[in-house]
Amino acid sequence: MLDTPKLPERHYLNNGHGLKSWLLTKDHKRIAIMYLISISAMFLLGGLFAGAVRLELMTPEGDLFLADTYNKMFTMHGVVMVFFFLIPSTPAVLGNFLIPPMIGAKDLAFPRINLLSLYIFWLGAAFFFYALFAGGVDTGWTFYTPFSSFSSNTNVIPTALGAFISGFSSILTGLNFIVTIHRMRAPGLTWFRLPLFVWAHYATSLIQVLGTPVVAITIIMVFVERAFGFGIFDPTRGGDPVLFQHLFWFYSHPAVYIMILPAMGVISEIVSTFSRKTIFGYSFVAFSSLAIAVFGFIVWAHHMFVAGISTYSALVFSFLSFSVAIPSAVKTFNWAATLYKGAISFETPMLYAYGFFGLFLIGGLTGLFLATLGTDIHLHDTYFVVSHFHYIMVGGAIMGYLGGLHFWWPKLVGRMYSEFLSRVSAILVFVGFNLTFFPQFILGYMGMPRRYHAYPDEFQVLNILSSAGAGVLGIGYLLPVIYFLWSLKRGEVAGPNPWGASGLEWQIPSPPPTENFKVQPVVHGEPYEYTPHVAREANLV
Amino acid sequence: MGSFGIPLFPEQASTFARDIDALYFFIVATSAFFALAVTVAVIVFGIVYRRRHEGEVGARIEGNLPLELLWSVIPTMIAMVMFGWGASSYFHMRTPPAEALQIYAVGKQWMWKFQHLEGQREINELHVPVNRPVKVTITSEDVLHSLYFPSFRTKMDAIPGRYTQLWFEATKVGEYHIFCTEYCGTNHSGMIGKVVVMEPDDYQAWLAGGGVEGTLAERGQRLFQDLACGTCHLDTGKGRGPSLNDIVGKTVTLADGATAVVDEGYLRESIVNSQVKIVQGYQPLMPAFQGLVSEDNLVALVEYVKSLSPQATTQAPAGATAPAADPTKKN
Repeated sequence: MLDTPKLPERHYLNNGHGLKSWLLTKDHKRIAIMYLISISAMFLLGGLFAGAVRLELMTPEGDLFLADTYNKMFTMHGVVMVFFFLIPSTPAVLGNFLIPPMIGAKDLAFPRINLLSLYIFWLGAAFFFYALFAGGVDTGWTFYTPFSSFSSNTNVIPTALGAFISGFSSILTGLNFIVTIHRMRAPGLTWFRLPLFVWAHYATSLIQVLGTPVVAITIIMVFVERAFGFGIFDPTRGGDPVLFQHLFWFYSHPAVYIMILPAMGVISEIVSTFSRKTIFGYSFVAFSSLAIAVFGFIVWAHHMFVAGISTYSALVFSFLSFSVAIPSAVKTFNWAATLYKGAISFETPMLYAYGFFGLFLIGGLTGLFLATLGTDIHLHDTYFVVSHFHYIMVGGAIMGYLGGLHFWWPKLVGRMYSEFLSRVSAILVFVGFNLTFFPQFILGYMGMPRRYHAYPDEFQVLNILSSAGAGVLGIGYLLPVIYFLWSLKRGEVAGPNPWGASGLEWQIPSPPPTENFKVQPVVHGEPYEYTPHVAREANLV
Repeated sequence: MGSFGIPLFPEQASTFARDIDALYFFIVATSAFFALAVTVAVIVFGIVYRRRHEGEVGARIEGNLPLELLWSVIPTMIAMVMFGWGASSYFHMRTPPAEALQIYAVGKQWMWKFQHLEGQREINELHVPVNRPVKVTITSEDVLHSLYFPSFRTKMDAIPGRYTQLWFEATKVGEYHIFCTEYCGTNHSGMIGKVVVMEPDDYQAWLAGGGVEGTLAERGQRLFQDLACGTCHLDTGKGRGPSLNDIVGKTVTLADGATAVVDEGYLRESIVNSQVKIVQGYQPLMPAFQGLVSEDNLVALVEYVKSLSPQATTQAPAGATAPAADPTKKN
């Protein structure tokens, strides 16, 4: 670097002070920051519940908590993590912040709706907190009927309404992204010049808009059954409990792709940037996102292979479930091929991307055991499933999210964090994660069922390993809180483009001004241009 | 079966276990191959192509169509092998042999209740003979449960208001876990038990030791009398309800013109929700017994009605109780 970069004089963070300037903002970047703070708090809360679960499972006897308390712990862990952390995570924070600058726009298409989505999210969270302080809920995050409709005597309705309400926040975010990506691209920014991060968010938004209403309707059905005694799912009133599972998984299976697709978008950006190379097979990576979004809607009954569905529908859904595996495999191969003949460096975001490769590979491949009918019968509802979906939703989605946060942090706040500590945290997360969840695959094949407060003695060794791993993982997740906060005041000033990345968002100051671009950018080239010429222009040489 | 003292899979104690474990290790091996291939590739690329000076950029390679096709088609083919193998195992697991020994299981918060045809009833313990197919017809008295035998590699949900089935043939004498694998509230993790696999002689001895109330069908017959079912369901076929002789396995035409096969599920539904599937030509006079007869007693009644169709009952080879053909059908 020729001279030390300075923070821009005016940027979105100092354009207006005081609480009101935040709460009434229409700036997508400020809304993203408020989402970041909100979901980080929820993540820590969900993590505390997980810690409680892992502590209880260190001994075979249910000796730390009462059974009811334990059941509430894993339920609230799931509810918080799924509805209030994972689903908003990458889209509401990174997507919100980055999609407008990535496509050369000043804001999202509907800035007020964007703010509304945040308020709706908070309202949903308020319902959850009401349920929490009123004594919690014990149905599992899946709210299976008829347990949730007449058996559980905990706060099912407020919790379900919390999930219902926060769903609308997700729908509005998705709607906003779809319109923005269609209508607000800079001149010259054709669909096939879009960053893959944007493609991934487009696919995610489709799921949010099309899938979320179904779970909303389902929750309303549980509500009217529980509150007014309608017979929808309860067989003693003429209902069908399995119908709930169809409706619930019609959304909640695609919801997994709401979590993982944006993370995949992040990984595409990181891999390209840190190997200074265009992404291998751009259109295959882009279309595989859409393929995952579409196929994701036709595999839901693989959650129900032992729930009394007909043999033939099980065959069909097993077959279709494999169709999701292929686009995921295609993405992975393309990322690996992108590294070939790259100019690779291993700053923290790239460490997270490598961690993502490892965990997503295991998470994706273990899905094969559950799509295959013969093995699923044995593995269904065991710890194998718990481990599989944590590898995808935590290993994949959170590695992607954290990688993205480290990648764009200098853009968000204009300053760098400690490279040393962040590398340590990336490694701790990877090691801690595997130590926590790999033993659970073995536990699952051994037959240990999920949601067990107490378990037979022979499962203890593996459970202790898992709990020890959770400790390491917890430290790995807490470290970033420390060095990110530290970086706000003390971090080295980053400059507009500390990584030498090619995207439009790196051509504006860090932190960006409220309007993102002083003049409307015009796009002439392809995405991910890394030529010696471009490198010279970016002052890299 | 241990490695470093940590067991890797449960005992292989049913005819399914070997096949499912083989399928499992096939998928493990395939997964390990792909995971290793990608891991080695990204690590080797990371080392060989590491950035050597600040201004270095990667080669301009935009993609390669043959490669894309190759790594789409090959995984698809391998996935189809997994699908086919898994589907054939599943089909086998969902098709109980006609001669299978019939046992009923009722799940309730938080216990498993088993009833044998000879009359024995047990809680959280299930005695079965070795080397003989056993068919378990499952239901629930309250919420969802799932009956899981890890050592047999099979499980099936217990669904209130419906009969589901699983079967197995134990291959090794011993005691193995029974778990509930569908979360069912407070004491879900206490809803466990053991299946005791016995030599045929021991099993016969065990059977002889119980059954103070007579066989399951006999208990059903007493209930049939207590509930005064016989006042309408006359043997002659001239009662206000249809005769129940020789109906199991038959197809009946319903009042709305639809048809139904008379199996356990139909019989159960016709007792608890008697108005739903009325046989054509009869008036909807029968009261619904929803909530009035326990699931255990319903099982006894069903078994009694089945005993009135001697050529179609489970133990007979006729195979007319073809619910076996599609055990998971929605009743």
